[in-house]
Amino acid sequence: MAKKSPTPGGAPLGARRGWAGLPFLTPGTLVLALFVFVPLVLVTTYAFFKRGRFGGVVYTFTLDNFARLADPLYLNVIATSIGTALIVTVLAVALGYPTALVIVRLPPKWRTLALVAVLLPFWTNFLIRTYAWILLLNNAGWINQGLQAVGIIDEPLKMLYTQPAVIIGLLYMYLPLMVLPLYASLSSQDAQLTEAATNLGSSPFRVFRTITLPLSVPGLLTGCVFVFVPAMSNFVIPELLGGGKTVLIGNLIRDQFLKARDWPFGAALALVLTILLVALIFAQQTASRRVTEGPRERKVKRNA
Amino acid sequence: MRHKALTLLAATALASLTLSSCASGGTDDVALDPNADLTKQSLVVSIWADYSPADLAETFEAATGIPITIVNHATNEDVMGKLTAGGDSGIDVAFVSGQYAQALHEAGLTANLDKSLIPNESNLYDEATKLAYDPGNEYSMPYAWGTTGLCYRSDLLSEEPTSWNDLLTPAPDATGKTTMLATERWMALPALKQLGMSVNTTNPDDLAAVKEQLLKTKPTLLAFDDTTFYTKLVSGEASLTQAWDGWCNYGIAEDPNIKFVVPTEGSDLWTDTMTVLKTSKNKEAAMAFINYILEADVQSWVAENILYKVPNEAAMKAVDPAILAAYPNLNMTPAELLKQEVIVDVGEFSPEFTKLATEVMAAG
Repeated sequence: MAKKSPTPGGAPLGARRGWAGLPFLTPGTLVLALFVFVPLVLVTTYAFFKRGRFGGVVYTFTLDNFARLADPLYLNVIATSIGTALIVTVLAVALGYPTALVIVRLPPKWRTLALVAVLLPFWTNFLIRTYAWILLLNNAGWINQGLQAVGIIDEPLKMLYTQPAVIIGLLYMYLPLMVLPLYASLSSQDAQLTEAATNLGSSPFRVFRTITLPLSVPGLLTGCVFVFVPAMSNFVIPELLGGGKTVLIGNLIRDQFLKARDWPFGAALALVLTILLVALIFAQQTASRRVTEGPRERKVKRNA
Repeated sequence: MRHKALTLLAATALASLTLSSCASGGTDDVALDPNADLTKQSLVVSIWADYSPADLAETFEAATGIPITIVNHATNEDVMGKLTAGGDSGIDVAFVSGQYAQALHEAGLTANLDKSLIPNESNLYDEATKLAYDPGNEYSMPYAWGTTGLCYRSDLLSEEPTSWNDLLTPAPDATGKTTMLATERWMALPALKQLGMSVNTTNPDDLAAVKEQLLKTKPTLLAFDDTTFYTKLVSGEASLTQAWDGWCNYGIAEDPNIKFVVPTEGSDLWTDTMTVLKTSKNKEAAMAFINYILEADVQSWVAENILYKVPNEAAMKAVDPAILAAYPNLNMTPAELLKQEVIVDVGEFSPEFTKLATEVMAAG
């Protein structure tokens, strides 16, 4: 039992547990309540009522909105969304991990520059960046013009308005969100561990496999969630780069509110998406904790 | 029909409007006072962005002395959300498309227009006072109107298109170079008309037939596109697109090879209108606003700058002949427009159209 306070000021432990800190929490709590809790309650509530003819809801309880989710049409859209987000996440790992690894090993001066380069796209509005991809990929676009000019292809390649175009767009958009947590995780690793392993004769690959990689798993998992979650719910890129020929769950939810004026069904879809993503984040947290703290049973034994 | 562009932002706006206003019921229709001091009133007008002169507020205030605030909405659904959320939206005059005005009226949210305060209604074409969603313009006043057709690059197609079939089953040289509108009512329109059905159908069998056709058409499409189809024509990515007449004009402005045609099977007649809300406490000023818009030189601005037809005879006569020559579809007569089917709200059936659009777009 801790008898002494760990704080340098020497305040008794009990004071830390008290209400003294409450004023400092208030602004944050209010913001969270207003912008997270209230909308969530609204969405949850709406999902159980009937559609108002002109938007809004009629307050008659129903479970129809969830029953409609079982329609193969919507299940298919959800499956496509998960599949697309998974592909994007895997590609982001494949591209982001080496990038983060290289950045960490750069001299400090270049490291800063590289990190700025990773973040640079965020300084431009994302719609403008998406339109830039349209300019690049379309049939009369720069890539096709270039390839035709050097004679590699005769007919323009059909790139824009396809599923791969959607994946490229999402990957481009969210790749920095993979690189940054990986960079944070890799750069905080103790360099002495790898030095020791090398001195003891480990090959670079073995060092990577037994030290660098396992220690970076929490960063990797964070990156995966950072990429998967927005990729799954994005609705702009499927519309602009997919030419409206691909429907992801984000498009479906948007359409319920802005086109069908079917708020309750949109709310039900949003609720399902939220539950899926919260479950995913929970799984990521659990997995990260396992990796950093070791399995729970072992810890209990050690304490005993 | 207007301005779907960047409706994306509207999604975020929705969250805020659901939280807004839940007080005060609507005032019932009371006789308007023709001698009311309008300068004591003030107006809030909601209109699509870039759909009215940039200096409208200044010129209106200078002409009438009524203080006015103009707010913008991105889509019909956007402003409908605000108006139907309950209570007083704070909006006096809302611009919405005809079928939405009808829906607002059926929900009891519109005030009847007091024609004694809108003498300029006489500027309208006779045809514009008998539109199916609101015959007699009792609660809505038309602002602009038009139709949907084919917008195409005459230099890229071997034959001039005349039928919806040219879009639904494109010739080999157009395959992969066509676009269709993504908004559900208009996505269904070509197939409905080609099959001889009404654009206002509420028969599920009709939509099943439409779906069957669209699933065949989808592999031949470049994209579904509401907002940038004319730029695809200009770049040559597309050669044949389903288009609203006014938007086709934006393409014609950049490439004179672009032309517009209404297919022989017919099309829709859409209207954008002005409505006065029942909750407005400034109804006399609102009527004065509508009257002001109907003045020939105010509404001719719309035709000359937005390149949309206006249902205002005096205004159309005032349009610069050079503009009428450059954009042939501005010359469509009211009689020609009236041959098309006036699009109306399909009420409880509208989710079926949305589902159709989702089914077609999500199909593999």
